[in-house]
Parts: sequence; structure tokens; C-alpha cells
Amino acid sequence: MRTIDVISTAIGNSFRSKLRTTLTVIAIFIGAFTLTITNGLGTGINNYITTTVAAIGAQDVLTVTKTQPDQSTGPHKYDPNQMASTSPGRPGQTVEGMTPADISTIAGVAGVVSVQPTLSISPDYVEAGTGTKYSLSASGAVPGLKLQLAAGAQPSATSSAPQIVLPVSYVKALGYSSDRSAIGSTVNIGITDATRAEHTVGATVVGIAETSLGGTGGTSTANEALAQKLYNAQSIGLSSSSKDRYSQASVRFDKSATPAAVTQLKARLATAGYDAKTVADQIGTFKTVIDAIVLVLNSFAVIALLAASFGIVNTLLMSVQERTREIGLMKAMGMGSGRVFGLFSFEAVFIGFLGSAIGAGIAILVGSGISAALASSVFSGLPGLTLIAFSPGSIATIILVVMGIAFLAGTLPAAKAAKQDPIESLRYE
Amino acid sequence: MLDWSPSIKERFSMPTPILAARDVKKSYGRGQSRFDALKGVSLEIFEGESLAIVGKSGSGKSTLMHLLALLDRPTDGAIELNGSDALLLRGRALNSTRNKTFGFVFQQFFLTGGASVLDNVILPLKISRVRSRERKRRGLAALAELELRDKAGNRASALSGGQKQRAVIARALVNNPRIIFADEPTGNLDSATGAVVEDILFSLNREQGITLIVVTHDEDLAARCDRRIYIRDGLVVETESRAA
Repeated sequence: MRTIDVISTAIGNSFRSKLRTTLTVIAIFIGAFTLTITNGLGTGINNYITTTVAAIGAQDVLTVTKTQPDQSTGPHKYDPNQMASTSPGRPGQTVEGMTPADISTIAGVAGVVSVQPTLSISPDYVEAGTGTKYSLSASGAVPGLKLQLAAGAQPSATSSAPQIVLPVSYVKALGYSSDRSAIGSTVNIGITDATRAEHTVGATVVGIAETSLGGTGGTSTANEALAQKLYNAQSIGLSSSSKDRYSQASVRFDKSATPAAVTQLKARLATAGYDAKTVADQIGTFKTVIDAIVLVLNSFAVIALLAASFGIVNTLLMSVQERTREIGLMKAMGMGSGRVFGLFSFEAVFIGFLGSAIGAGIAILVGSGISAALASSVFSGLPGLTLIAFSPGSIATIILVVMGIAFLAGTLPAAKAAKQDPIESLRYE
Repeated sequence: MLDWSPSIKERFSMPTPILAARDVKKSYGRGQSRFDALKGVSLEIFEGESLAIVGKSGSGKSTLMHLLALLDRPTDGAIELNGSDALLLRGRALNSTRNKTFGFVFQQFFLTGGASVLDNVILPLKISRVRSRERKRRGLAALAELELRDKAGNRASALSGGQKQRAVIARALVNNPRIIFADEPTGNLDSATGAVVEDILFSLNREQGITLIVVTHDEDLAARCDRRIYIRDGLVVETESRAA
């Protein structure tokens, strides 16, 4: 028998007992549907994280902090350099601050292109002209930062003019008619120094930032010039030694550095007494958690598929039983055992294909519908988030995996059919 | 070997038999439960002949047919097809020989009820890798020969008993076999339809020279054959030729 005939006969045979095939297909459908949805969830969330990576920091930047003494072995010695942390962590967490001496040490480490202390600034408010004052939190721009902008441009690292990127929520509050009309206007930022005296610093609005999961949220981003100005204003009255305390610094390294080279650089910084993390390290933690959750969900779907595969075994055993005579006749007429095996195992594969293709197709429709509905309601604050996204590669993988499982399930009945003795099958006493 | 001399002599004196059994034995089981179905049967069948293998149920006639049709291997002895040892054929070569040389007509029709009559008839062609268009042409020709051309598209289950057996004969014919094995071909038919089916089989034998091997316990059917072999308890007890 030609392969094409084996395939078309197998497909024809699978429709011979419609009810039985339909029920088996439904069982596989449920598994494939679940697998597609859970996979889509992982793809959607990880896509979103990847696209917002640039908002957290550039690819060629390490965030460096001083290596902290072990805090798990009881109280540790007082250190006058201890200061509040600005990096994500528990509230009230303190880190050992870095001094200009640390900065120059880091700059001397091989592989470091440049180092910039992160200035911790805490402005009080922002106002446009003589309007209402709104409280403001701001941070300095990390080198290479790419904000997700609703309008305007990224803050300039080289410009000496103070620039600020405001979150989209400030636009209407500050009295601008639209995101675009806010660009280029000047706002005043109020800040209190160490002697409780108030200062105002003017800044040009260069961009309006989208709200995002990994990004600035309600925080404004100041360019280097503005951050320095605010820092200077806030540090009036401090001794120079308390002024020059930084919780962390940004280190740039060669853009073309290989992952191995980055690891070596981190090792060198660790020997010098500093912890260094790339953006990928920070994002990696997120992704690991999401991948783990998706893995658990996927394993449920795979369990459903395994249950369905026993349905395939059952269905095909029944049809082998029913078609004993026919198999015997075909073998008497010279059909080889291999072809008989192929006939039944392809029928299994076809049932698997039907179930998985229909399951994946409906999952795509349902998933897209759900994520569209959620994007306009629950997740409207997170533009760009498609909760359930589908990549052609993973859909194809799911269909192939299900067909593979179906093939394995079909081997038992197919082998049984292939082994049949034509004489036994054609006996009619 | 002594066995060779008569065989060589036969080859010189008369045409090579298309199919021959040489002292064929077949037993099932072992030890206590051993059962000898055939205890040494020799027989020669010549091209264009019609032969009846006659015997009661359990006589070994079906076993002999299975061995001659190369569906089973004898415990001892030899089967020759066209003068060459058929037992040397294995796997693909064996399947292909069965497919191209033999046609089968069984008491039970073994038609796939849900499939069309044409699809049932072209099954041997499908197995022997004939292309779809050619299959259809030859299938329709075989059906036309058995006056079933107008039923080609019908489901096989919708045919009457006689029509079913004609469809089975069309299926046996479609690959132009040299030998048709008919195992109780009229067993499931009433005598009128049975007679029609017999007429068809014997006319194929006469007009197309297809060798016909009929396995039956029906004396009337056996009487229409050129030669009859009576089998009892695994042995040939009598051989009869029709008086010419």
C-alpha cells in the first residue's frame, strides 16, 4: 500500500465510528485546550516582561552595591555609613553606603567603562506655573534607560539643561490638555534641604511616561543635570562626608561583552567587595517564578492528555477488535504487517491531530477574547500587556507533542493488529 | 536424494504444475495435545484446471488450502509454485506473490459494509500500490464483468447476498490472479443464487483460464470440477477425474 493510501484509509477509518472518535477527540481537546491556554499565559507575561526590560535599565549596565554583612547570624556592628536602601527590598532595609573612594575603586576594576553613583533624591512637589502643587517622587535616569513613552523623548544624559519625564497621570492634574501639549513646558519642583529650608528647581518636561509593570509607575525620571541640581539643593547643610553617600552606583561595561565576560566582571567586583547585578539578573528572577507557575499549570494539562491517551488506546483496541476480519483479509491479500501497523498508528496520530488542532484553535480564540476583555478592564493600567499570547512555535509544538503522545498510545493496538494471523482472523466456525 | 528423480522425470514428461504439494504435513500443538491436521498430502495442480478439495469439517481440507495459498507454512514437506520452492518466499516477496497470484472467495463475504462496493473491490490493487486512477478503471471493469457496474457507488451493506458474492468475485479477479481459491463459495447462498455464482466461477475458469481451487463439502459443486480430491483425517483418500 502506498503511504498516501495508508494515510487516506486511516483517516477514512477514523470517521467510521463517528461517536467513538468524537468522544476520544473531545478528551484530547480538553488537554490540548488547557495546555495551549497555560502556555499562552506564560508567553504573554514573559513577552510583557521582556518588552518592559528596557524601562528598568539598559542591557550594558550593572547595578552595584556594597556587599552587605551577613544579617542572618544576629546583630552586627554599627556602621556610620549605613543608609536607607533605594533598591527594591523590604521597607526600612538599610545598606552600607558607598563613598567617592568606593566609586573610584569600582572605576579601577578591569572591564568597567564608566561608573555613576545613583543619587537618591526626594523632592516634595511639582507645580506647573502657579497651579496646584502635587507630591512627587523622582529618581535619576540610569544610563541607557529606555522608558515606555506616551509622548516626547527620553531624558538626555548629556544635556546640561534640567529635564524631567512625568508619569501620564500628572498630565491632566497639572492642567495640560494632552500628553503632547505638556512637552516643552516648564515645571517647578520643590525640595527641602537638611536645614528644613525649601528650594524650587525648574525643569523642562521632555516626555510623558506610560505606566508599566517593570517601569516607573508613579515615579518621575530626572535627567542627570536635574538629578544633580535636586541632590545639591537637598544636601545643603550636610557635611560633605554625609553628602557623598550613595546607596548604589551604575556601572557600564562593554556593550559587546559576552555573558562569560559579564560573569567574570561580576566576580572581579565581588572580590573588590561589591555586589553587581545586571538587568537580566533582576528580570530573571521574575521570569523564573512565572516559568515555574506555568510549568505547574502545564503539568496539569499533560495529566489530562495522558488520561486522554488511554482513551485512544481504548478506541483503537475496539476498532482492531471490530476489524479483525478486515485485517485478516488485507493480510491474506498480501498487505505487510508494517503497513497494518502504519494504518492503525496513523489513525491514532490523526485523532491526536484533530483533538489538538481543534483544542489549540479554540484556545486561541478564547484566550485572545479573554485577554482583550481583561486589557480593557482589569489591566487597563498596564498598556501593552496581553495576558494570554500565542506564538506559532509553541502552538506547533503543542500539536506535535499531542500527536506524539497519540502515536505512542496507538502503538499497542497497532502492534496487536499487525501481529494478527490471517488464518485465525478469517476462521468462521 | 531419492526424492528428486520422480520430480525430474515429471518435468520432462509433462508441464510444470502451477502449484504442488509434496508430502505436506501440518500439526498443531505439542506433546499430549499434538494434533496432526495433515499427515502427508501430495498433489499437483496444473494451469487452467479446476480442482475440488472435498471433505467434512475437520478433515484437514481448509488447512490444505491455507498451505497451498501460502497463508501458512507446513510442518514438513514442500509447496512449489511454478516449480520453485514457495517456502523460500518470506516477508515482502511472499506478500507480493500472494497479492499478484491469488484471488480469494470466502463463504463469508468479508466486505466492509460502510465502504462503497468499488472501494471493496479495489482493495487488492490498493495493497499492491496501484495508482488511484488505474485502480478505479480496473475496479469498474471487474464490476462490469460481474454485472455490478451500476452498484459501484452503493454501500456494500446494501447489496443482496448474491450481489455480495459477485462483488467478492470481482475483488478476487481485479488483480488478474492466476489462481482463485474459493472456500465454500456458495455456502451462504440459496441454491438459485448459488448456482449463478458457480456458473460465474466456472466460466472464469473456462474462458480466462484462471486455475480454480474450490474447497467444499458440497458434492454437486465438486462434481462440476475437472478433478476432485477427497480428504479424510488428514490424508487423501480418493482422487477422481471427470470422465472426458
